[in-house]
Order: sequence, then C-alpha cells, then structure tokens
Amino acid sequence: MPTAVPDTLPTEIEEPVGGRAVEPDRPWIVIVWNDPINLMSYVTFVFQKLFGYSKAKATKLMLDVHQKGRAIVSSGSRERAELDVFRLHEHGLWATMEHEA
Amino acid sequence: MKLGRRLRRTRAGQYQLRLSKAERDLLRSLPGQVRELIDSTDPADPSVRRLFPPAYRDEEKAEADYQELVHAELLEHHRQALTVMEETIDADRLDEGQVVSWLSALNELRLVLGTNLDVSEGLEPVDTSDPRAPGLALYGYLSWLEEQVVEALETTL
Repeated sequence: MPTAVPDTLPTEIEEPVGGRAVEPDRPWIVIVWNDPINLMSYVTFVFQKLFGYSKAKATKLMLDVHQKGRAIVSSGSRERAELDVFRLHEHGLWATMEHEA
Repeated sequence: MKLGRRLRRTRAGQYQLRLSKAERDLLRSLPGQVRELIDSTDPADPSVRRLFPPAYRDEEKAEADYQELVHAELLEHHRQALTVMEETIDADRLDEGQVVSWLSALNELRLVLGTNLDVSEGLEPVDTSDPRAPGLALYGYLSWLEEQVVEALETTL
C-alpha cells in the first residue's frame, strides 16, 4: 500500500535560518538615534504614546537621544524588539535593534 | 500671518482647525507630492530612505528580512496619513483619528523636506539670498504647525 511517509528519513538536517536558533537567548535592545528633524516635543510624545512612559521618563529618554546621540528605549525578545522598531519607524523615528552587549 | 493657535481641542473631544485660506492653499499640494515620491520609491533617494529606515545596522540578512516584512505596511501607513491630510485640508473640524493622521503627515513632510534641505538641528536665521530660503521658511512653518498638533494631542495621553 502506498504511503505518504518515506521509507527513509532525510539525512540532512536543515540549518536554522541565519543560525539564529543556536544563538544564546540574549535580549534585544531598541535604540533611537538622534536626527536633526524630529521635534523634541514630538519624540517625547511618541515615547509616551508607544511605550506608555510617564512624561518625565519620556523626556529623559528624548534628552538622552538629543544630547548623547542615542537612547535605549525598550528591550525584549527579537519579535518584541522588531515590533517596537516598526512602530517607531511608523512615527518617523530613526530606530534600530541589536543584541544587548 | 496671524500667529494664533491653529488647532484647538474642544470639550467634546473634537478639534478645531483654524487655518487661513492661504495656509490651506500652501499645504494642499504637499501630501500628494510626498505620496508620489514614496510611490516611485527610488530607494537611493535619501528622503525616501529616511521614511523607511533600516532596523539592523550590521546584519544584512536580518535587515533584508525586516524590509521584506514591513515595507508594504509602512508604505501604506505613510500613504494613508498623507491622504487623510489631503482630504481634510479644507475641514474646520477634525476627529482625533484625523488629527493623528495630520501629525504623521506633517512629520513625513518635514522628514522629506528637511532631508532635501539638509537642515541642521538649530534654527538658523534664514538669509533671503540663500536659494534654500523658501524651503526653509516652509520647513519652519510646518515645524510650528506640528508643534501645535503635538500639544493638542498631548492631552489625550
């Protein structure tokens, strides 16, 4: 009787895409970079709106971006970080993500 | 130009848009111009690139995957905001969703214009003989308007 199951299992095991699956489970951080265009009030507003931060915390992060050139605004799993980056990109902020050092 | 507040939140949670005819005419064609620019998507254009920034700085594969995953959605978000601004350019009242779109659209206009003008962070006095003077004046006006939209929406946080 024909069967859908092959007699032998494939000997090659597929490599995980980009080797990601074997990376240690280090959290990802989301960084917002300074740019000369986005208004300080707007950046503060976006941090409050997207992350639910208090005005004080959002202002502190905005000033870090403005004065130090960058600030870490969130961290978490790869998926979480990618979603945050996307939402920041929707709002025109210059955001990137990387593994925590 | 009168320097009164252009956007006011009413007690009913609506927003009054108080722009002069001249301001509306100035703003009218801008969303369409930016939409055309991002639709043509020459990825090499710095102002287009500014609206679709990279998510990864040094992971080529992950970056390509990210762009593949989000580009269409990001494009749709930007287009949608520009369209709302365009369609409500003569409105006297906006609802909150429309104001949120205006904020996105104004910011997109400033990102494109500011990138093309290569603006710096501080407000430089504009020399009227500078060929960038008209662009910088428009940029300053859009910044002033955006500031007011942020202020009006801050009360909703």
